[in-house]
Amino acid sequence: MISLAGRDILHSWGKFIFTGIGLGLLIGVTLIMAGVYRGMVDDGRVLLDNSGADLWVVQKDTLGPYAESSSLPDDWWRSFASLPGVMGASNVTYLTMQVKKGERDVRAMVVGIAQDGPTAAGWPPQLVAGRHITRSHYEAVADVASGFVLGDELKIRRNFYKVVGLTRRMVSSGGDPMIFIPLKDAQEAQFLKDNDAILMQRRRTEENPIFNRPNVPGLLEAVIESQIVNHSVNAVLVRIKPGYSAEEIATSVRRWNRLTVYTRQQMEQILIGKLIATSARQIAMFLVILAVVSAAIVAFIIYTLTMDKIREIAVLKLIGTRNWTISWMILQQALVLGCLGFVVGKITATFAAPYFPKYVLLMPFDSVIGFFAVVVICILSSIVAIRMALKVDPAEAIGG
Amino acid sequence: MAKQGIIIEGLSKQYGYGDTAFLALKNVNMHVAPGEVVGLIGPSGSGKSTLLKCLGAVIDPTAGRMTLGDEVIFDGAWHVKDLRALRRDKIGFVFQAPYLIPFLDVLDNVALLPMLAGVDNTTARKQALELLTALDVQHRASAMPSQLSGGEQQRVAIARGLVNRPPVILADEPTAPLDSVRALAVIRMLNDMAKRFETAVIVVTHDEKIIPTFKRIYHIRDGETHEEVGEGRALG
Ligand SMILES: Nc1ncnc2c1ncn2[C@@H]1O[C@H](COP(=O)(O)OP(=O)(O)O)[C@@H](O)[C@H]1O
Ligand SMILES: [Mg+2]
Repeated sequence: MISLAGRDILHSWGKFIFTGIGLGLLIGVTLIMAGVYRGMVDDGRVLLDNSGADLWVVQKDTLGPYAESSSLPDDWWRSFASLPGVMGASNVTYLTMQVKKGERDVRAMVVGIAQDGPTAAGWPPQLVAGRHITRSHYEAVADVASGFVLGDELKIRRNFYKVVGLTRRMVSSGGDPMIFIPLKDAQEAQFLKDNDAILMQRRRTEENPIFNRPNVPGLLEAVIESQIVNHSVNAVLVRIKPGYSAEEIATSVRRWNRLTVYTRQQMEQILIGKLIATSARQIAMFLVILAVVSAAIVAFIIYTLTMDKIREIAVLKLIGTRNWTISWMILQQALVLGCLGFVVGKITATFAAPYFPKYVLLMPFDSVIGFFAVVVICILSSIVAIRMALKVDPAEAIGG
Repeated sequence: MAKQGIIIEGLSKQYGYGDTAFLALKNVNMHVAPGEVVGLIGPSGSGKSTLLKCLGAVIDPTAGRMTLGDEVIFDGAWHVKDLRALRRDKIGFVFQAPYLIPFLDVLDNVALLPMLAGVDNTTARKQALELLTALDVQHRASAMPSQLSGGEQQRVAIARGLVNRPPVILADEPTAPLDSVRALAVIRMLNDMAKRFETAVIVVTHDEKIIPTFKRIYHIRDGETHEEVGEGRALG
């Protein structure tokens, strides 16, 4: 027996190729969408991995520092660092903002890291070029995704920073490249008011008789100083010595009461379960729509191809072709279309992924799922055409 | 048991029931010997297609008896379970339009029938080529149907009708789209093939060009047939 489906496809290959490419682009978009989701999850995990922390200490009842804003006094870390089993505790600040270089500006997450040296939590674990920050002011380590190169002068708020080192895959959970600067600078960048605001506040303070008491010398100056200098950080990253349980140490830190502590698992749940949950649902919606559209395309094409063959199908039935042979012919065509679409889609996705601004992680598992989804969609969408073909009356071939 | 061609006895066919019932065939009697080509002639709506559909086992007769080759296929009810296999093995169909499968080349259009009957591809193609040669279209074996002329297509269709060596050929207006030279050529071929393969052939037609060629003709009117001796003009 010859393959009727194969012959038909060879005969009308143009239709199949064009539909296959169209379907393939749709499948490609679908795979990319799945990759965008995987990329977000991966960005989240990499963010947590690269922070080097085992525990995150944040402001009480907040989901900080990544999902919500959080603020802690910057002198608490000492108390955590002295707990048994704790290897180190470091202050850290995170602030997403526009970082300028000349005319250009880049959205980046500015990370303020304490001057504890490259082995401390919060510091970038690896550099691809240059060196770590060594001075306590105006040096920066930038992720290559920001487009900055060694020696660039960045402007963050009012100050200029020199790029001394580069990292790779250091991004926020939103996919923005990270730029590391010394903690003091970062605190200033985060909490610094502009000059006018400082002047206005100073004037208000001077006019306030509670602070401006001529018989208490130095009070006004102290108050003003405390208003300008900020002693807050967003979180304290705690590193635990090998052999100690993160959960146990978290419990003892929680005794402070005025803070919240998250372990690695909890942090991952916050990032994936809360921070990117809405995006994930958005992507899921798109996946559903794309699946429906793909199914509609396959169904429509297979339906029209079958419609065009009604006469031939009647003849095939009249000369003794089994229903099964005819159904199989239609199903095979749907499957060929699906496989063609999948191959085109997979190639498109693979080549297009690097051009997307955010990290797109194409997982082989998703491709396998995608392939089976395509097969199922093709089977389902050929049902309409098969039902129609089965209804064709062989008497139609004889005519009236 | 000797081959008997086609024997139709007391065949009737009623479309619909009750008020809408319509008797399209009324006690039709016909016989066509193996090797014989008879004409079935009648005005539009007289029941020609209904008769072919009954014989072709695509609609159910209401009453009567039909014998094809050496087998009673219908006697008040179908005597064969698998009507598809019956059509495939016992009946060759030739239509007004050739209805070739557009995506198969000429050879495979013909070879498809033995293939459907379970014959392997090589043997099926050999059989097909034999028939194409007999009908003098073997040189177009690898062409697609759309590349053939009308006459060539009809010859391929006849080859397809004959390839399984059925005891019966049912031809519905096989010459309608052809000019008289080609129409007569088709009838000559049907006659040659009928003799060669001992096939009983019924040709439904109202084509004046070919009516004189039949030795026997059945006239059908309002579902009733009567037999008539034809001119049986020699086919040059
Ligand atoms: N499926 C059907 N249902 C009801 N009446 C039919 C059907 N098919 C044919 N007829 C009627 O049966 C008669 C014979 O039709 P047909 O066999 O097609 O005639 P012919 O082929 O000689 O033109 C016509 O009157 C036609 O209207
Ligand atoms: Mg008719």
